Amino acid sequence: MVLPVRARGKGVMDWTAFLLSTKLAAWTVVLLLPTSIFIARHLAWRRYRGRVFVEAAMALPLVLPPTVLGYYLLVGMGKASPIGQAYETLFGAPLVFTFEGVLLASLIFNLPFAVQPIQRSFEAISGEVRDAAACCGMSPARILWRIELPLAWPGIMTAFVLVFVHTIGEFGVVLMVGGSIPGETRTAAIEIYDRVQAFDNAAAGAMSALLLVISLIAIVIANVATSKADIGRE
Amino acid sequence: MFSRRRLISGIVSISAFGLLSASRVSVASAAPKTPLVAAAASLRFALPEISRAFAKEAGFAPRLSFGSSGNLARQIRQGAPFELFLSADDALVVELFRGGRTADAGAPYALGRLVVFAPEGSPVKIDARLEGVKAALESGAIRRFAIANPEHAPYGRAAREVLQRSNLWDALASKLVFGENISQAAQFAVSGSCECALISQSLALAPGLADRGAYAMLPQDWHDPLRHRMVQLAGAGDGAQAFYAFLTGPTAQEIFTRHGFASPGQG
Repeated sequence: MVLPVRARGKGVMDWTAFLLSTKLAAWTVVLLLPTSIFIARHLAWRRYRGRVFVEAAMALPLVLPPTVLGYYLLVGMGKASPIGQAYETLFGAPLVFTFEGVLLASLIFNLPFAVQPIQRSFEAISGEVRDAAACCGMSPARILWRIELPLAWPGIMTAFVLVFVHTIGEFGVVLMVGGSIPGETRTAAIEIYDRVQAFDNAAAGAMSALLLVISLIAIVIANVATSKADIGRE
Repeated sequence: MFSRRRLISGIVSISAFGLLSASRVSVASAAPKTPLVAAAASLRFALPEISRAFAKEAGFAPRLSFGSSGNLARQIRQGAPFELFLSADDALVVELFRGGRTADAGAPYALGRLVVFAPEGSPVKIDARLEGVKAALESGAIRRFAIANPEHAPYGRAAREVLQRSNLWDALASKLVFGENISQAAQFAVSGSCECALISQSLALAPGLADRGAYAMLPQDWHDPLRHRMVQLAGAGDGAQAFYAFLTGPTAQEIFTRHGFASPGQG
């Protein structure tokens, strides 16, 4: 029987890391979902040359290895880059290896997870419905709020859950851009990696089980939400 | 059916929780701005103990981030907000000093030792001259052999020197697995997926490893000495300075010795 190592003299769960993951996921959702609604709407209804390339570029984070994305973000946000320098001039601290840097990375690697489900929902709304609403004298803003968003609802809900869970689960990009700084960039996924390296299987096991349960619940919520919305529409 | 109102209230409550956790995280970590320390993976067990001893005196504990020294030095060059760097390789500290990233040239704090480790149940008989490894390799008993990545982990580089010197490097080439840092190499070995590993004595003595295998010290002159050097980085605060001073003091040095480090003057 091997006793688990308590290197830091605390319980099995690192709640700081879990809270940090939640904070990152919450900020990502709050900033990304509204933006994605407009991007998705644009991609769903506008036709122009080069649109396929815009769509392809936005889907890249789905297929790129996290190391490739992490590398470009590290270089693109680093001290030598224009973005990194501009940020450092404005805020007096570098962007990489900070929570803000990880958040920016998180917005980018989550883009397809937010845009694609919403875009599919907007594509399913027929032009006649919108024309009819316009004929009734509704303003574009009112059409968006009263007609489009309720119809696009399943996609928005799916995007919400996917982005939240994907942020909590992301590992490679966060490690490369954020390092492993306690309370700043050491998210739950990275803490698990860290615990394994410290031969602390009890903590790694407990935290992995919690992440597994969170992910499972989220997928169930997304599935239930979309199926209910589909039934409501029929 | 889910309504927009529910979405909005959901987002609001989740972001409220996020912001709440934000304040809790920052309260937990920043109340007195605790110094942020980048530490070599060989210190993974010694340093938390030293940090607890320090916290008893100072009232605050530093935040520790472990990795291979080469990787941490890279992060520092790229702007990571560390205040103190505890390297397992003095050349990395000198390099940072020349690059203007540090307050001064730093100070030696320990000398590391490389050991050969075999987990329980391994067919490899271990000894200081690696004769058992040679025999096991010839009989085909070694399928995987773990070392740290020589490219950026000082103990990995030392391991490569040892294996080259004992003419095992080429023979082992197809068996080698590389840990991202020395504690990952040790983790490979203790998980039972490798028959043998070259790791630091500090990890071989660690709880979770010491009782799950055996080790033998390798001759110190088989590789360049693992001179551990620490340095305060540009912008280090008072907390970092206090911890830096504590590390060369008798309490810390006693803990280093107990964890298999030699004092920096020796060797």
